Amino acid sequence: MLHLTLFLFFGTICVAGAINLLVQRHPINSALSLVVVMASLAAEYLLLGAEFVAAVQVIVYAGAIMVLFVFVIMLLNAGEEARSGGSRIAILVGVPGVVIGAVLVAWVLLHTDTSQGLAIGALPGGPVPIAMLLFHDFLLPFEVTSILILIAIMGAVVLASRPEAGARRKESSAPPEETRELVAAGKDH
Amino acid sequence: MVPLSYYLLLSGILFVCGVLGFLLKRNIITIFMSIELMLNGVNLSFVAFAAHWQRLSGQVFVFFVMVVAAAEAAVGLAIIIAVYRTRETLNVDQVNLLKL
Repeated sequence: MLHLTLFLFFGTICVAGAINLLVQRHPINSALSLVVVMASLAAEYLLLGAEFVAAVQVIVYAGAIMVLFVFVIMLLNAGEEARSGGSRIAILVGVPGVVIGAVLVAWVLLHTDTSQGLAIGALPGGPVPIAMLLFHDFLLPFEVTSILILIAIMGAVVLASRPEAGARRKESSAPPEETRELVAAGKDH
Repeated sequence: MVPLSYYLLLSGILFVCGVLGFLLKRNIITIFMSIELMLNGVNLSFVAFAAHWQRLSGQVFVFFVMVVAAAEAAVGLAIIIAVYRTRETLNVDQVNLLKL
């Protein structure tokens, strides 16, 4: 009972944050509601016993990635989103799609076996067993992801650097415009 | 005791919110955040299935998804900065040409 109450509490916060992300028109509000979604998801992970995943969720997702997002939003001075007219096709396809999806979800929910469920801490996922898996069975994927991260860092640096930065460095070896003009003026006299 | 289907339903709702944001939003940064929301929804179902089948490898996969999401965020935000530098807009409706 306690588990179900906690699940519903954090699940409601999670869904409310996700819907708020859609409703808000300013990107900074969307980013902050995404932080709420991620924090409540970390609580859901804790309920399932995944302690390590919950900690990483808070540190990496709610910490590092969201800081990156907020930084870019503030760097680019992103303003409110412009409204665009809705299309007829979206309504024609979307409304039946939503109805079909809702019927499917309701059917699945009515026909599922709810007698057996997941208890609090159903599978203890502390750092030690995760590390044993990660550095034994998944050693090769782990090393490959480290290479992926390295390539991503280099790609981000290359993409975000100004294209004219290299050209400007070459120009700086030649004397600046002003001194050249002064030299030319001196020759005239 | 919470049935597994409740976790899957929550994860499905988060994923659908992500898809809706991806399709409806016009700001390129918000579209990017919707992708993160979709990844989070998938992560929740990974952890729920890991607990259901008593296999820890599901939680290791969440770790890998997070790593890929971090790499994607770094590269994607760099691309957004590059796009903003050339076009001075974040509205995807106005970013419809590959070459200026």
